[in-house]
Amino acid sequence: MPLPYYVSPEQMMKDKAEYARKGIARGRSIVTLEYRDGILLVAENPSSLLHKVSEIYDRIAFAGVGKYNEFENLRIAGIRHADVKGYSYSRGDVTAKALANAYSQALGNIFTQDIKPFEVEVLVAEVGDANGAKNEIYHILYDGTIEDEHNYAAMGGQADEIRRFLKDHYQAGASLEDAVQLGVRALSVTQNKTLSERDLEVAVLDRTKERRKFRRIPPEALSQLLGAAK
Amino acid sequence: MNDERWLHLFNDYANSSFVDALRRQSPHLLPGAEPRPEAPEVVVPHGTTVLAIRYRDGVIMAGDRQATAGYQVASRRIEKIFKSDDLSGVGIAGAAGPAMEMAKLFQTELEHYEKVEGDNLSLEGKANKLGQMIRMNLQAAMMGLAVVPIFAGFDEKAGVGRLFKYDITGGRYEEKDYDAQGSGSKDARDSLKKLWRRDMGRDDALRCALEALIDAADEDVGTGGPDLIRGIFPTVKTITRSGFGEVADDEVRRVCEVIAGERTKAERGA
Repeated sequence: MPLPYYVSPEQMMKDKAEYARKGIARGRSIVTLEYRDGILLVAENPSSLLHKVSEIYDRIAFAGVGKYNEFENLRIAGIRHADVKGYSYSRGDVTAKALANAYSQALGNIFTQDIKPFEVEVLVAEVGDANGAKNEIYHILYDGTIEDEHNYAAMGGQADEIRRFLKDHYQAGASLEDAVQLGVRALSVTQNKTLSERDLEVAVLDRTKERRKFRRIPPEALSQLLGAAK
Repeated sequence: MNDERWLHLFNDYANSSFVDALRRQSPHLLPGAEPRPEAPEVVVPHGTTVLAIRYRDGVIMAGDRQATAGYQVASRRIEKIFKSDDLSGVGIAGAAGPAMEMAKLFQTELEHYEKVEGDNLSLEGKANKLGQMIRMNLQAAMMGLAVVPIFAGFDEKAGVGRLFKYDITGGRYEEKDYDAQGSGSKDARDSLKKLWRRDMGRDDALRCALEALIDAADEDVGTGGPDLIRGIFPTVKTITRSGFGEVADDEVRRVCEVIAGERTKAERGA
């Protein structure tokens, strides 16, 4: 019987990380921006049926890049976590922080225990109150690394370029039109291609809404928001 | 072995039911008490009269505000009509505690399904799900904690309002025009039988609902009438194509006063 090869833990982690990063880099990107009335999520996604951005709970949204089936599983697990918690305590007790930590634990575990790590990055955003509670944006990587982001965040193939672009162009307190235009520009400039409303999936956590703050922006409304610039 | 794991995952991820998730993760939170056949019937607050009426734009739902425990008023201000989602509502009658819990569970179930699937359940699907929840409560119903709601909503496919009534075993029966539940339901139904007309407008439907509730309060000791001293009026909600709406207290008060005025006149023979 042949002996199993010895691979050092260091090498194994490096290989796994490289594998996951490659998978994520192939995917299209997502931009998140804080604007005056909440948080905006813009994803490059030519499908209008398979979502990358979706609602988790009253004030919490989810976005995922990478392998669809993997982040879809995480999304459903997140909705279950939130609904069970909100049902057993109260709706106000469901927080993005607890959810982001749960994702971090799950992804960290998969990365170290399983042969194949998840090729995903996910983002959990929670919109704050009108009376001054802060927005929260958590970015969780394939190995469970968790970061909290301010003002803007980017994930996917062109994440670094997008972040650099936003660092120079982001302005706090922008209107929804300005934020959408900036988000779309960040996605298109960094890839040298033009994106129409058909290539985009856009949603907001709008704090002016009642209870459920998540709202998708359909293509017609999006083209109006984009048209306002021209 | 591998097949089983695959099947387990498939069934797990293809399931968008919140109730199932709750049964797995926190079964103690599910409604339905343990069976204790020797336990005596307990006296707990009961919701008394709720009704639903079909009208031109959809359905109108109304309920009195009183909860009654035995011969005592348990609460004067409870709400019995709950929004279950944008296009449907539940009116609860029976043991108030379990009924409210069921309404909350049902609401979470619908929202959970919508978020996971990215689409709403059909009205038929919602009505069936509620029937299953009532059946889950059968043990408690045998101990006197029965929950018998009315479910009504706007069916987007058919473009009309529809309403369903239930029995304690979860049996589901669709009613065409109107129905009432709770201790005052017989009187409310009798009243509706005389007043209901096909394709009523909103104002007529509102009037019809309030007349029936006032009749129920008149005949049934458990049902509360409009309380002019404390300013407590029945809850009335409309469910139409454009969503779940509330009829403002002021408007309900005005209609109640008109009805009271007319009945006073009739009494005095003026």
